[in-house]
Amino acid sequence: MFLTLASQPLAELLENVVPEGVAQSLSKLIPEGWQYFGAGLLHMALLFAVFSLCPFFLIWLERKVAGRIQDRLGPTRVGGRFGWLQSLADGIKLVQKEDLCPPSADSLLFYAAPYIVCMSSFAAFIFLPFSEGWVAVAADCGLFIMLAVMSLEVFGIILAGYSSASKWSLFGGMREAAQMVSYEIPMGICALVPIVAAGSLNLGEIGDMQTGGMLNWFVFHDPFTFIAFFVYFVVATASCKRAPFDLAEAESELVGGFHTEYSGMRWSFFFMGEYASMFAVCGIAAILFLGGWSTGLAGVDQTLSLMRSEGGVGSYVAGVIGLAMFAAKALFGVFVQIWLRWSVPRIRIDQVITVCLKYLVPISCFLFLGAIVWPLFLLLVTGYDSDTEWYEPVGGQTTWNEELGERFAKAIDGETSATDAENNEERSPDPGESATGEEPAETKTVTLNESTEVSR
Amino acid sequence: MSGQTLFFTLFALGACLGAIAVVVSQSVIRMAFWLIISLGSTAALFFLVDADFVGAVQLMIYVGGTLVLLVFAVMLTSSGPYLKIDTSPGETVLAGMVALLFLFMVVVTQLGVDWDESNERIATAVGIDREVAAFDSGSEGNTLRTIGMSLLGLRPDLGVATASKPHTGYLLPFEIVSVHLLVVLIGASYLARAKRRRDS
Repeated sequence: MFLTLASQPLAELLENVVPEGVAQSLSKLIPEGWQYFGAGLLHMALLFAVFSLCPFFLIWLERKVAGRIQDRLGPTRVGGRFGWLQSLADGIKLVQKEDLCPPSADSLLFYAAPYIVCMSSFAAFIFLPFSEGWVAVAADCGLFIMLAVMSLEVFGIILAGYSSASKWSLFGGMREAAQMVSYEIPMGICALVPIVAAGSLNLGEIGDMQTGGMLNWFVFHDPFTFIAFFVYFVVATASCKRAPFDLAEAESELVGGFHTEYSGMRWSFFFMGEYASMFAVCGIAAILFLGGWSTGLAGVDQTLSLMRSEGGVGSYVAGVIGLAMFAAKALFGVFVQIWLRWSVPRIRIDQVITVCLKYLVPISCFLFLGAIVWPLFLLLVTGYDSDTEWYEPVGGQTTWNEELGERFAKAIDGETSATDAENNEERSPDPGESATGEEPAETKTVTLNESTEVSR
Repeated sequence: MSGQTLFFTLFALGACLGAIAVVVSQSVIRMAFWLIISLGSTAALFFLVDADFVGAVQLMIYVGGTLVLLVFAVMLTSSGPYLKIDTSPGETVLAGMVALLFLFMVVVTQLGVDWDESNERIATAVGIDREVAAFDSGSEGNTLRTIGMSLLGLRPDLGVATASKPHTGYLLPFEIVSVHLLVVLIGASYLARAKRRRDS
């Protein structure tokens, strides 16, 4: 997996950016091992540049939105009219600050904790597709890996709270631990509701399925996914410890919560991590429920997919349009989170846990069950069989189609068909051939039987 | 040195040094921290051999679940500021002997294997299985669908089941584990509620 990460996208990047001859001579110049290293480094630098700038923008947005909501102007002076360089000024100030560690703190853990937070939020972006095919690692359990990597973030916060040797920090860390351990459950279950409709954990495939009109978005797939979208958004807000769930850093009671003792850049690492994970959970919401990079208009989506299949500059432009759509959806999610923060009062820790365990967990379990029963309900009431067509991705590659479906059906029945030696050589992965009738499917089973014989 | 070897060396070192640091350090929370390094590197090793799902499970369950619970428990229960574990010299000697015996066993096993032959055999087996199931790891991913179908009782990687040689998959172990977890959940909630008095 790391090899695909290191080799494939670099080649693509180079193809897109520099002329072909230059790319080839470059790849001849550098020895193979260093190429992987260089590609990894390039990715890391790109990711870090993008997601250090992303918090810059989001912090500015937060201040401006907060200003509007509280009927003031927010930053106005630095960098011209809208104060858009305010984050840069803040950043310079933070870099200059002294890096302090309290004398009674566990210095190793105190220094390491911000890195864990930052690393886990940034590492999640390796698996997040930004447009069709624009993903560093297209893992087939992408959503699961993303949730797993993002669940490491809480560990850094707990360590920060514990190792600071301060009561405020300890309280913040403990609240965070209690909150996270309980909110991971409804988050996982809610993310599974659209997965039931999609039948895949691959974020790229899930995004592809929703192209071609707004009604294909999973949020409008059935009533359960519609409710699940809002439940997921609430849980995601809580998992980024944003208000009204920001008990871990409740400044009116805990000074600064888990980051009370931190200063300078280490303090800002927590915030970069927080804004990066806000964008990540909203990105997941955009892909799972809001159609990812699809525009929501059937005609435009068709044109874009045509442009992608043509290749060249057209596919690049289509990719950029997809990226813009995806970023707009995810940023809207972030905007709503900011809006909520400045409109809703903070709730108490017991209320936070009650909301999660007594309301959100049962609701998400109900939604999950409902999403499973929904196709059966449709079949019984309206006669619409949503499972007859096995999923085929838009890209044209056969991954999950009728041929495989029939094969599994045969595997269930334990059925063996008569040997037909003539058609042995036919093993084409083209879905069109197998869809023509009964004959090719039998051919497949025959080939299968024989190759199992060989393998024994 | 190819990229794979480079990353393998990096993560293998991380796993081993992290594990040693867990044993050497005395503060429980530091142990947990080193355990993250060790388990995280192990997860990365799983990613390196294309076992994405196992790597993600390793991160989710051990690092995101077990270790967080461990630190949570230490934070709630410890009386002093930093909980330390002091081992007596006798314990150290005993544990060291057990560890050395285990190391000896691993080294002997490792030296006893003909790696070239087994690599060849694995390569042919993997090639055939991939061909049988018509799985293309590039477009379809590596492990997830096979694991999912196996847990439902189907083995698409073994070809078609026959009456004489049916595949059972892992449906029964999966169900046993699910019921076991349910029992544990019910038991935990019963224990948590048991202290309530009858009259209240």
